[in-house]
Amino acid sequence: MNAFLETFFKPNLIAQYWPDILKGIVVTIEIAFAVVVCGLLLGLLLAVLRSFRITPINALIVVFVDMFRALPPLVIVLIVYFGLPNVGISIPSFAVLWLVLTLVLAAFAEEIFWAGILSVPKGQWDAGRSTGFAYLGTLAWIVLPQAIRLTVPPITNRTVAITKNTALGMVIGVPEILSQATSAQSFSGNATPLMLGALAYVILFIPVVALGRFLETRFAWRRS
Amino acid sequence: MDALIQQFFNLDIMSRALPLVLHGLWQTVVLCLIVIPLGLAGGLLFALVSLSRSRAIRYVMIVAIDFFRAVPPLVLLIFVYSGLPFAGIRLSPLTAVALAFFLNTSSYYGEIYRAGIESVGRGQWDAARSTGLNAFHTLASVILPQAVRNVLPDLVSNTVEVVKLTSIASVVALPELLYSADMARSITFNASPIVLAAAIYLVMLWPVVRLISRLERRIAS
Amino acid sequence: MSILPAPILSIAGLRKSFGPTEVLRGIDLAVAPQELVFIIGPSGSGKSTLLRCCNRLEEPTAGVITLGGVDLMARSTDINAMRRKIGMVFQSFNLYPHMTALGNVTLALRKVVGKSRSDAEQLGMAALERVGLSAKAKSYPSELSGGQQQRVAIARALALEPSVMLFDEPTSALDPELVGSVLAVMRELKAAGMTMLVVSHEMRFARDAADRVIFMDHGMIVEQGRPERIFAAPQETRTKAFIAELTR
Repeated sequence: MNAFLETFFKPNLIAQYWPDILKGIVVTIEIAFAVVVCGLLLGLLLAVLRSFRITPINALIVVFVDMFRALPPLVIVLIVYFGLPNVGISIPSFAVLWLVLTLVLAAFAEEIFWAGILSVPKGQWDAGRSTGFAYLGTLAWIVLPQAIRLTVPPITNRTVAITKNTALGMVIGVPEILSQATSAQSFSGNATPLMLGALAYVILFIPVVALGRFLETRFAWRRS
Repeated sequence: MDALIQQFFNLDIMSRALPLVLHGLWQTVVLCLIVIPLGLAGGLLFALVSLSRSRAIRYVMIVAIDFFRAVPPLVLLIFVYSGLPFAGIRLSPLTAVALAFFLNTSSYYGEIYRAGIESVGRGQWDAARSTGLNAFHTLASVILPQAVRNVLPDLVSNTVEVVKLTSIASVVALPELLYSADMARSITFNASPIVLAAAIYLVMLWPVVRLISRLERRIAS
Repeated sequence: MSILPAPILSIAGLRKSFGPTEVLRGIDLAVAPQELVFIIGPSGSGKSTLLRCCNRLEEPTAGVITLGGVDLMARSTDINAMRRKIGMVFQSFNLYPHMTALGNVTLALRKVVGKSRSDAEQLGMAALERVGLSAKAKSYPSELSGGQQQRVAIARALALEPSVMLFDEPTSALDPELVGSVLAVMRELKAAGMTMLVVSHEMRFARDAADRVIFMDHGMIVEQGRPERIFAAPQETRTKAFIAELTR
């Protein structure tokens, strides 16, 4: 038992490294927040755009969405991180991480929002148009509010899954939690910082996962 | 424009990297053949335990599942691979990946199975039990067939996620597809090998992703 | 004095609470072999719960239930084996949607009784024949009407050769024109000598076929007797009010 505590919970190491982990937490939260806001907005925008049913644009949207849902995020991160500097575009690593994760979330979110828009009964469109709303008005005031309500559980699930990918930042040197934890681990020759890092993630994400569980029971996404 | 093609779509470099990348693809396939069945079985186990009569057992299981869904898979993997040796447990990259994946994917699959089981109406349990079928036969013959049918799109969707997730094994130097491609990149200073790997992922997964979209839309309507 | 046959199903002091709510407050009931007992009462009176306690789909909070002399509540009793002797038919049929009618009827025969597939199918077809649906053996529940589904459900219970059959509002979920086919099967069962406990509001059926009508309210048996007497001349005020409401 003592050996276990020595390996994973050494007090002086906890005291020494928790500020670094804290710095990592801040970075993780900042990037996650930015990804969620931008990703969901972009996804919603793309879904709305798709509802105009302009075929060439829709084709582009579908290609984009399918690609970013089929590719592992780490693959895209490495392509952007290593490739862009060689063609003269240099972006800081945290921006690469933010950009890639935003696009991935946007792709998943678009599909979910689109399914939501499609599942609002046609009668709602009729009602809106017949009371004088133009297309955008009907969409904004009548259809989207209903569509978004339907999509809360899958969106929450997907958002949590994608924000956890901020850990991939470790591979390209973004100073988020896992980076800090693994550097500290190599410096100190002890697994305590790694344990701290894992706990930091747990503390950050368990409330979100629990919230997701709660939302799922509240807004059960109707399966037959 | 030319520079873009040179950097990302350099066919010459891609063809030189192809053997290495294909070897990595094979490793990825093997890895998938290990972790997907493990996850599917583990998930069923997790789901059945979380339906236990004992409230204590249910609680522990749900906490465990939420824990493994909250920890990023990469963190879990690094912990198992780099952290456990400090406690005297040294695992090969493959074993570490298999263990980390088992814990993570079983939690996700488990939640899907659980939702499926709960979506089967109570009446089915009543009917089966009232004819004398015990819990095992009721689950096996009546409940699970219906449960799996109800959540099949989610199971397929999660399986796609697992295939994509294998790419993080590259971080612990398991020579799968991404690792091999990255190795070629570092030798050639050119991103084309990784684009090649991306193309391979697309060939494998794009059709499935399309299928899932269609299935999800059919269920939603 | 005639010697009464030993009751086939015997309930004494049955109580059932769901949390703080007591749904059954002490039920005593003895059902004679081949008797058709018809149970009526307002919703919430505990009729369904009573039925579901008989095969322990609900666990009684207190009381003794005996089937053919075997104590159902005893630890040593194999409840799964006893459940085969009590057939249950549900309001919502509860057929297995992923199996054919024959599959539904033979599942327990194959898995629990251990019959071979061909033996089970023979018995299953015989049961389907009894309810008039042998032609639909290969059909799936989604291809059958409500009345047909309920008759398959009856066959499913019959195939196990029960000593008692429990019917929980068997026709309440059916369109009126399909009710007759199910009641006809129930009449045939009665004529063949099956012991039956029926919760329903099909009064005409009660008048024609029931040996005893029981009126339940608030978890207790208020009054019981021959159908002619209960329907024509109920004694208790609550019974009178309920019957009046029904026949309005």
